[in-house]
Amino acid sequence: MTGARYAADPEECVRSVALDGLWLLFHKPSGMTHIVAPPAPQILEALRLGPADAGEILARMRAWYDLEGDDAADAVEARLEELEAAGLVRRS
Amino acid sequence: MKHQLSLQIGPVAFRIGSAWRAPIDALARLYAGYPEPERVCDFTVRLEPEQPWRRWIRPSVAIQGDYILPDAAPMSLAHGLLAAEMGMNLQMALGQKTHLLLHAASVEKDGRALILTGESGAGKSTLAALLGERGWRLMGDEFALLGLQDGRLRAFPRAVSLKNGAIAVMENEVAPERFGPRLDGTPKGAIRHMRPNRLALEAMADPARPVLILFPRFGEAAAARAVGQAEVFMRLTQASTNYVSLGAAGFDALTGLVGGCPAAAIDYPDTTSAIDMVEELWAQAA
Repeated sequence: MTGARYAADPEECVRSVALDGLWLLFHKPSGMTHIVAPPAPQILEALRLGPADAGEILARMRAWYDLEGDDAADAVEARLEELEAAGLVRRS
Repeated sequence: MKHQLSLQIGPVAFRIGSAWRAPIDALARLYAGYPEPERVCDFTVRLEPEQPWRRWIRPSVAIQGDYILPDAAPMSLAHGLLAAEMGMNLQMALGQKTHLLLHAASVEKDGRALILTGESGAGKSTLAALLGERGWRLMGDEFALLGLQDGRLRAFPRAVSLKNGAIAVMENEVAPERFGPRLDGTPKGAIRHMRPNRLALEAMADPARPVLILFPRFGEAAAARAVGQAEVFMRLTQASTNYVSLGAAGFDALTGLVGGCPAAAIDYPDTTSAIDMVEELWAQAA
């Protein structure tokens, strides 16, 4: 599967705190605080290994997590678009 | 300025200057017993005539200071005390950089702090003022100051601003000499300021560790529900005037607070049931 490739800022640019199953992210370059739900934090984690498209991101996530259901790829694509709109990932 | 007064309130030193004598005299009476700052003041508030001649003809007070709101409406001289209080709030809200500033009341017991936050009119001032007369130390009714380094809460015990129905509630509890004049016809209705008690003044430099956050709401049947941490975080970012400007330091301080404190929303029909609920939730948290 190939598609748009995405990149995220390096780990030191984002402070991350998990609260109640949600993640609070402070994005230092923009000064913005984001509240995100899984799998968005895991997508960002996968992108720390380097730019990737949705398929590669999913493969990286499968190595770390048990992902259920057949629609995981669609969910990753949808979350990537949201993360791009929020300024947390960009197309590379 | 012609007339002036310096006040130490918690960690903040104010200088209030006025073109008129009356607001400074009223402030001096209300803040009797507060320490004088031992260093250069952090903020200056100035009460000045809106136009120079209006010092004499139908006097109108404009709030000036280090930080100003350009379109703030001038107030009548009869409300000069309120103008001074609003000016002090404004300096804090716009200029405070050493603490995360939460629009919240707080009280302390045994070195631990309870934070009460909610929208204006939710009853946090009244509740904190009542608790301050019933075994707790009032740390402040308007702003809670969260230390960016140590996560502890600093007291900011300025005069409690009682509004409308809360005035009579506290007049039944507290000696008359601790009250300022009743100010009718302000934008928020009737207002009367009340000086915190001696304990609150003597211990104003003592920080406390926050252990419980409550979101009170007056006027509903008694009920309590736990509030999830992400919701607490979101509500507190909205209740903070300087969260955004503090950047990562504010994020770290606020996530530390929220991660370390249980939180609950409480609805209450009257102050007696509110105090019972607070004491019960406090016992559970402690």
